[in-house]
Amino acid sequence: MSHLLDIRDLEVNFALRTGNITAIDGVSFSLDRGERLGLVGESGAGKSVTGFSIINLISKPGYISKGNIRFEGKEISSYSDEQMRKIRGNRISMIFQDPMMTLNPVFTIGFQMIETLQAHRKISKADAQDIALEKLKKVHIPSPEQRLSQYPHELSGGMRQRIIIAISLLTDPAIIIADEPTTALDVTIQAEIMDLLQELCESDNMALILITHDLGVVSQVTEKIAVMYAGKIIEYGSTDQVVKYPVHPYTEGLIKSIPGTVIKPGCDLVQIPGMMPTLTNIPPGCAFNPRCYLKEAMCTIKTPELKDVGNGVLAACHMK
Amino acid sequence: MNEDNTILSIKNVVKHFDISGGFLDQVRFKNGRFGLEKITVKAVNDVSLFIKKGETLSVVGESGCGKSTLARVVLGLYPPNSGEVYYGGQRIDNLSHQQMLPFRKKMQMIFQDPYASLNPRKTVQQTLEEPLRFHHPEMSNNEINDKIDQVMGQVGVDQAWIKRYPHEFSGGQRQRISIARGLILDPEFIVADEPVSALDVSIQAQILNLMMKAGRERDLTYLFITHDLSVVRHISTRVAVMYLGTLCELAKSEDLFAFPRHPYTKALLSAIPVVGEKRAKQIKLKGEVPTPVKLPTGCVFHARCVYADERCVNEIPALLTQDNGTCVACHAVEENRVIS
Repeated sequence: MSHLLDIRDLEVNFALRTGNITAIDGVSFSLDRGERLGLVGESGAGKSVTGFSIINLISKPGYISKGNIRFEGKEISSYSDEQMRKIRGNRISMIFQDPMMTLNPVFTIGFQMIETLQAHRKISKADAQDIALEKLKKVHIPSPEQRLSQYPHELSGGMRQRIIIAISLLTDPAIIIADEPTTALDVTIQAEIMDLLQELCESDNMALILITHDLGVVSQVTEKIAVMYAGKIIEYGSTDQVVKYPVHPYTEGLIKSIPGTVIKPGCDLVQIPGMMPTLTNIPPGCAFNPRCYLKEAMCTIKTPELKDVGNGVLAACHMK
Repeated sequence: MNEDNTILSIKNVVKHFDISGGFLDQVRFKNGRFGLEKITVKAVNDVSLFIKKGETLSVVGESGCGKSTLARVVLGLYPPNSGEVYYGGQRIDNLSHQQMLPFRKKMQMIFQDPYASLNPRKTVQQTLEEPLRFHHPEMSNNEINDKIDQVMGQVGVDQAWIKRYPHEFSGGQRQRISIARGLILDPEFIVADEPVSALDVSIQAQILNLMMKAGRERDLTYLFITHDLSVVRHISTRVAVMYLGTLCELAKSEDLFAFPRHPYTKALLSAIPVVGEKRAKQIKLKGEVPTPVKLPTGCVFHARCVYADERCVNEIPALLTQDNGTCVACHAVEENRVIS
């Protein structure tokens, strides 16, 4: 039983002048073909760094200091740039947050799509254009022929994000990593993009890692969810189970602090006191202990491990 | 629609921005002759509404719908092209700077981005004492310090941090400080423009709780501008939905979320992701929001609306009051053509 992607005990460090900080600390999860996983957490939790480290997009002073990343049975964490280039953008694609920044403003859509294909395959321009057209149709872009000769500034934000999704599909990747793909978009456009991603995963049996802070989006699109806090996964399980019956006090607080989930309009929201520690200053024991209402003496001494808490959910909490 | 406890009302407010640039940018060649052409962004078109004392009115809509412009017109930060703004029964949109001063004290604003709205070169103390020294020159240093202490305590920022600069605080703390700045003059009316959109969920809950608490304790009236519908549902008394500079629906919060009337409101509400629920069928809208430079004729929503007919293309719908007090601007709703 081998997974499409299997990450074990991943640790990412940043060597700063002030000392080494650990941005990702012992993260493990796996992904099967066609599976949709949500990586959730607040800013600074390490969810983007986790996504980046899979395709080795961590730039200096960051580096993968420990752990294994196995993709299609091969260990890729130690790949050279040369080897990685065959996977990155080809077998594993990435979609970024801001569609205004991801496309190159001085080249046409068609040029950027053909360039991507030619970088990964020996293919003629005409053939590449055919594939580009096919993918544009797949993401439901109206009049795709016309789009090929347009520049990014001629398109709206939602349309640009569709183009980026089309580009990421060009090489028929096995995994798409989407880092906050809809945060910069309006809610009606967000719903359309999310529907599209889900539809594509189902039709092409593609796996998706959705990195987001929005639990609403995650609970609609993904099957599995990993909640991150201060560089660690603190709860992992099926999305339905975790969102409805959160085990870790942080997950619970996070869900209850969203207006409209538990609390009636006009009443005070449940709030988690304090804020996430900075990575240079993670408290000993459980990183969440200063904000936790279940805290006991043990929490300040021993770091909790992820353990099975039933119903297929793993949680890192001493009190459960 | 004017009632006695109305604190603020606006009537037929129009705000257009000229973006045509300099003289040379305006020159066009048309029908064999040269002429000048002005390009305007029609940000707010003929919007009327009122806010009652003690309530929270939220204005929602997608980016570019004119909600922030509306907020700034209300505060007098932009003069409207036409229309009137009344505060406590007195017209304020045509006042001079001097005449406006007593109103500025009663109306305060909280901005979206706490990283940009605080002056990085001023300590918290300087930021908070400036409005006091300006509007209350008679106050002594001791009185000012007492006031700052009191407000800092109220927004939950440690009084000991008063000598610190904004960069030393986290996003949530900074937003608390900008709320403190808004509260320090004891205003009656606060315009909050996306006050929690830049914050993380757990911090967002803290700030919303703080704002609701301040609202209760000080009997504040809020005009709340946001695109986040779950926040709107949580804090609002009434909700105004805007689309392309026009008000399309204005209703009590519980009515709007239970029975949206306007086709755009329905589509907007169906797009909100709800935690723990697979999405119910989303109402898909055709196409995209048109540009506010060239507004569609008739109802601004007609090109994307499934109920649109001849009348919608030609005639601008008026905001009509329904039996439950909801106001809707839609021909289809008026003619009972909308199936709920």
